[in-house]
Amino acid sequence: MADLSKDIGGSVSAMRRRVGDALAVLFLAATMTGLVVLMVLLVDIVVQAWGWLSPGFLANYPSRFPEQAGIKSAIFGSLWMISLTGLIAIPVGVGAAIYLEEYARTGWLLRVIQVNIANLAGVPSVLYGILGLALFVRFLLLGRSLIAGALTMALLILPVVIISAQEAIRAVPSGVREGALALGATRWEVVRDHLLPMSATGILTGVILALSRAIGETAPLLMIGALSFVAFIPEGIMDSFTVLPIQIFNWASRPQPEFKHLAAAGIVVLMVVLLIMNAAAITLRNRLDKRRQQV
Amino acid sequence: MNGASNIASRNIDLAVKARRGFGERIIRFVLAGCALVSVLVTVAIAATLIYESVGFFRDVSVLRFLTESQWTPQFVDKQFGIWPLLSGTLLVTLIAALVAMPIGLFSAIYIAEYAGDRIRRVLKPGLEVLAGVPTVVYGWFALTFVTPVLQSIFPSLGVYNALSAGLVVGIMIIPMVASISEDAIRAVPRALAEGGYALGGTKIEVVSTIVVPGALSGIVASFILALSRAIGETMIVTLAAGATPNLTINPAESIQTMTAFIVQVSLGDTPHGTIVYKSIFAVGLTLFLITLGMNLLANVIIRRYKESY
Repeated sequence: MADLSKDIGGSVSAMRRRVGDALAVLFLAATMTGLVVLMVLLVDIVVQAWGWLSPGFLANYPSRFPEQAGIKSAIFGSLWMISLTGLIAIPVGVGAAIYLEEYARTGWLLRVIQVNIANLAGVPSVLYGILGLALFVRFLLLGRSLIAGALTMALLILPVVIISAQEAIRAVPSGVREGALALGATRWEVVRDHLLPMSATGILTGVILALSRAIGETAPLLMIGALSFVAFIPEGIMDSFTVLPIQIFNWASRPQPEFKHLAAAGIVVLMVVLLIMNAAAITLRNRLDKRRQQV
Repeated sequence: MNGASNIASRNIDLAVKARRGFGERIIRFVLAGCALVSVLVTVAIAATLIYESVGFFRDVSVLRFLTESQWTPQFVDKQFGIWPLLSGTLLVTLIAALVAMPIGLFSAIYIAEYAGDRIRRVLKPGLEVLAGVPTVVYGWFALTFVTPVLQSIFPSLGVYNALSAGLVVGIMIIPMVASISEDAIRAVPRALAEGGYALGGTKIEVVSTIVVPGALSGIVASFILALSRAIGETMIVTLAAGATPNLTINPAESIQTMTAFIVQVSLGDTPHGTIVYKSIFAVGLTLFLITLGMNLLANVIIRRYKESY
């Protein structure tokens, strides 16, 4: 009798365990799916780009002959674009974060601004392109210029910069503020001499990640009319321009297989740039973690 | 003597304070201006979309826009019924949801509940890389890899189809579902799970009856936010889904999404002020309202239904 019930109990729990094991395998398989696709994607890019990624590819202007086509103007365009975007978005974003964290009084207005920033981060990028087209290109008569593109991009990454800067500033222990204020520092002196230096690494990490988003964005710049055939290097902020993602899009959308390979070669360059930026952000983050542990 | 110097130093103190006060006020003003920019951006997006849409709706009534089933701005007989673009968007989003919701949720459960520290340190950066891949790269991948693979399975499949685009959009949003869901699962207190184990529950029973239900609001919010991202995705669908406004639920057909239409018009030489130019603002407004609604809904769900432990 007693043996029987133990048997039933044993078989039930064995079955329960088997179900558990099966589902654990399913969860693992699901997790691996994403990573396997990532590997396939990366291998496919390298295979497709093989033989097309030459010094000439980096040094040539775009061409309708695939063998002569290159990304020189796109590389310079992307550099211009990312620098201008950073110059606009970083001061405004960090300034907004300082205000929201250190100056603004808690209340409904602050809550509205916070919800608004969270929502801005979720607005589709193509709509920033529509805004840029109507506001910067047409209304402010900036045309299809670098500055119109950079302003559009700056607005796009602004919420990301603000949110990450806020988190970095918030992470500074409140004792630092209170100590400095008690010694007679003004609010701005607290920010300038203590909060900004102490949160600089965190802010920089967020900024790099935001800029790496901007460097891969395509849709907003397509909207404002970045050109795909640019056979010169931009020399000022009013020049027309192309960037790496636009050049990749242009090549990818052509039917001839040679251009698909060119697109792959362009993607390799873009991904290497992104990899470097992300590695920098991760290194900074690790250093930050280490310093936090010491405190 | 002493008194005089006291007065003098007090005067200097006051002057310093006044100057500092003035500087402080300017700085405060400038910083507040920065914060105001974020509000102005929202206002500017809404105002632009509404302003140009009003011009559009003067020519095409809102009723026709919302009820007719043809979208043919390129034809001589122009029809502006939003449904073909809307159905294209929803079809791609549905396929993406079928990919990303289970895979993203299961990944979150695995990472939060099963993976050891060392595995987690590989998995999480891997997902972050997946999230950082530019969408134009995903679009290229859909067109040059996923579509040919699908064509070898379904030989009748065209070069442009909703299926390939939808699958890749799904892959793109997996990291978003996984990371938000993982945070929600982690926020469920350990004590609840320990209680489940103490009552004799197996791991899967504790996870499926205690941990996941406890994190449900966050999980649902992650689904909504990810689908909102899928609806607004542009480059993958522009490259891989086609440019055929098509009222269909057949994933093998070429379709056009709202975002792809907006890009298509801006790529062409559509003169400023024409009805076709204005139509991108009406489509953009529709897109804005849908994604804004979903983002706000996700916010409300997180706030209202969050279990407070």
